Amino acid sequence: MELSRIRNFSIIAHIDHGKSTLSDRILEITGAVDARDMKAQYLDTMDLERERGITIKAQNVRVDWRDHVLHLIDTPGHVDFGYEVSRSLAACEGVVLVVDAAQGIEAQTLANCYLALEHDLEIVACLNKIDLPAADPDRYAMEIENVLGIPAEDILKISAKTGEGIPELLDAIIDRIPAPRGNADAPLQALIFDSQFDQYRGVVSSIRVVNGRMSAGARLRFMQTGADHDVLEIGSRRPAPTPLTELGPGEVGYLIAGIKGVGDARSGETITTTSHGSTEALPGYMDPKPMVFSGLFPIDGDDFEDLRDALGKLKLNDASISYMPESSGALGFGFRCGFLGLLHMEIVKERLEREFDLALIATAPSVEYRVIATDGTVTVVSNPADLPVVQKIDVIEEPIFKVSIITPKEYTGALMDLCQSRRGEMKRMEYLSPERVELNYEVPLAEVVVDFFDQLKSRSQGYASLDYELAGYQRANLVKVDILLNGITADAFSTIVHRENAEYYGRRICEKLKELIPRQMFDVPIQAAIGGKVISRETVKARRKDVLAKCYGGDISRKRKLLEKQKEGKKKMKSIGRVEVPGDVFINALKLDD
Amino acid sequence: MADQPGEPFGVYIHIPFCASKCGYCAFATWTDRHHLTGAYLGALHADIRQAIQHGMPVASSIFVGGGTPSMLDGTELGAVISAIPVTADAEVTVECNPDNVSVELLRRYVDVGVNRVSVGVQSMATHVLGMLGRQHDQRNVEIAVDAIRSVGLPTFNLDVIYGAAGESVADWEHTVRSIVALDPPHVSAYALTVEAGTPLAEQPDRHPDDDDQADKYELVDDLLSAAGLENYEISNWSRPGHECRHNILYWRQQNYRGFGCAAHSHSDGRRWWNVRTPDRYIDLVASAQSTEAAGETLDEPTRRFEQMELLLRMRDGVPLDALAGDEMPGLVERVGDRWVLTRSGRLMANEISTRLH
Repeated sequence: MELSRIRNFSIIAHIDHGKSTLSDRILEITGAVDARDMKAQYLDTMDLERERGITIKAQNVRVDWRDHVLHLIDTPGHVDFGYEVSRSLAACEGVVLVVDAAQGIEAQTLANCYLALEHDLEIVACLNKIDLPAADPDRYAMEIENVLGIPAEDILKISAKTGEGIPELLDAIIDRIPAPRGNADAPLQALIFDSQFDQYRGVVSSIRVVNGRMSAGARLRFMQTGADHDVLEIGSRRPAPTPLTELGPGEVGYLIAGIKGVGDARSGETITTTSHGSTEALPGYMDPKPMVFSGLFPIDGDDFEDLRDALGKLKLNDASISYMPESSGALGFGFRCGFLGLLHMEIVKERLEREFDLALIATAPSVEYRVIATDGTVTVVSNPADLPVVQKIDVIEEPIFKVSIITPKEYTGALMDLCQSRRGEMKRMEYLSPERVELNYEVPLAEVVVDFFDQLKSRSQGYASLDYELAGYQRANLVKVDILLNGITADAFSTIVHRENAEYYGRRICEKLKELIPRQMFDVPIQAAIGGKVISRETVKARRKDVLAKCYGGDISRKRKLLEKQKEGKKKMKSIGRVEVPGDVFINALKLDD
Repeated sequence: MADQPGEPFGVYIHIPFCASKCGYCAFATWTDRHHLTGAYLGALHADIRQAIQHGMPVASSIFVGGGTPSMLDGTELGAVISAIPVTADAEVTVECNPDNVSVELLRRYVDVGVNRVSVGVQSMATHVLGMLGRQHDQRNVEIAVDAIRSVGLPTFNLDVIYGAAGESVADWEHTVRSIVALDPPHVSAYALTVEAGTPLAEQPDRHPDDDDQADKYELVDDLLSAAGLENYEISNWSRPGHECRHNILYWRQQNYRGFGCAAHSHSDGRRWWNVRTPDRYIDLVASAQSTEAAGETLDEPTRRFEQMELLLRMRDGVPLDALAGDEMPGLVERVGDRWVLTRSGRLMANEISTRLH
């Protein structure tokens, strides 16, 4: 294919600003999908994505417009999945920036735009939802001009819902976004920017050919892993997978090469041919690093091997999960897992439970600390249970995040309070427009992962938005708070917190656990302790009455079913000593925190 | 299918009519269908006749419940009771509202072999009765008990309920002391239970509190025990020899046949229940169709679990291998070769039942 007839682009949008609807409309208007076959949010294939209304995995699709080939590369919309955005951008020459004409630009969108500018991509900006009565496109066009320097008159006004302005947008993509460059006669260099696992076909990778040609039947070398694989199928998604005999420079498509796990076809990998291949890898990008760590334990200890299998299968599909076996005195055998963020953690737990029929308990999430011992050795600790005894610790360092918040100005005070209460340090404050402010803070990651996002939303009535990135490590006065249930230390529930917050944390967590742990057949003391010294205590009083008073001829079947249900409910509880604890107790304990 | 000789067999007759509906009641009862009474009694007769033709065993106990059986004409209800073949020593109980009980009515009952009545007292505190949606005057309870004694009924039960909104522990104590003063041979004391679909279910502020009900349970158990009534099932106390044989049959998973709308039956692991409304029941009997609404056949593990959770309710408890009783100190105690619920354990019977194996 002639390079001049190809355009590769991503859509950058804040969650709910209409990216999925726009993708759907593009598919429809270009004729790729019949209007009557249109399922809302065609590109979001995972059930969970549809339910939560967010895109987790990047997808790509090829459409035709005005004698050109357009590759639309979808990007995820949640801050936890930010890493997927940068890999999608690596396959593009431009982006379509979608901003809600009633809400204006959001922090994460802005961050992704800066990312696009760093990649030297052309930005085609548009204001969506102009059909809404509350839409104020002129005002937000000015805002985009102020913040990103895109002239307001170049900003398109569209409605993905009604289709208004979409043909003009497609025209603008062809007119403004540059065609890809590449040499068809050079040795093959292709970039993997996403891989997904398909039960029947193995790994299906999304690729962008940069130089050379990839042909059906070729033998390929993956330059990072050094492994060779045969092309079983190449093609493009329109959006149904359509096999092709060849993908040339600038083209985006899919590759199936009999690979068993996405770990062997990682994003950022450069593919060349085994013979006469390129010696130079394309600039890859860093693997997403897990930020949040938590133990996942099967509620039924017999399910340990099933959990191992399930994690293995999930990892085929989501290389960003890390896991290793862990054993806990309180919870038995499980896995220490690394996640991109708390949402990712919840999604993984939910997928394991739903898709693999497991009942799991998650321990308190933790970040990765650097512990410098008195003898000078440095260890990385992501499990509070592994923290050495106080006497052997010289310094503990914790990860710090650069946090950017964009908010209507009336919430500035409330959000500054939030950052302050999370040990944040203000770096910068800037007015993007007379109404909107960008706040930049450095906040310890441990303070961000818990419920920072929820708090930000509730304190700004949903208007503030957030973006963050790792900024390094900083020394901090941290201690381990242990939780004792019924007098026994539940090792898996220990948490590392700042010394100044330890008392408060201990008190709050005891109060929360008291609410969340159901009354049992006996009194259950809940204690928080630092180094053996109890700092707070609550008691879940014994349940005194749990009986069906009447049980006669007509009640027997009903009562038996009631007891069976009660028994079934216990399968969602983990026994810690003699105490039955709900599997999501820690996720909920932290969620409810205020 | 004749049962083995000596194996108890129970008959339950459901009378779905009431003068008023109590806010907590989830039973199949109606206040506006008295015009169906004649047809309903006719249907009961026909249904019973049919069952006898199909070899229904001779009953060792009959229980006429409702609803308010005592609202009906004593002779008409008596004719239904008489239609059921019974053993010589059968226990025959009729549920009564204290407002309906009279010497004349009870004589009709005695004439057809009724030898036990169960009186719905519920409370002896006027404001609590009001909360429960009951209309009777508590003085009628004393009158009813006098009538029971004067016609020579050998035994009777008083039903009481604890946990209504506005009932203090002192109110409850008053109720219990008042009925103890009547020297009943049997008392059933029930924790008020919120049933889905009742008006009470819609009023969360009136829902009983578990801890309050536990206190009241302990109180009633103390006072009845002191009066010589022994607890023999979670909610039932009696003088020795006055236990309700019909109810024990339920808890021993024995066979019984229910007549009337919404009545339940059990035969060797199959349980079924009749259509819910009197109208449908009457129509089905009239057209010689089955009155069964639905049923279930229990597999062996389910039947065993059911057997154990029912036995656990009674003072003889369950065999040692059915429960890890050692792990529940204070809730169960070993009596010979059985695990038996303690008083605290009786209050936690559901939770303990989930641990049966």
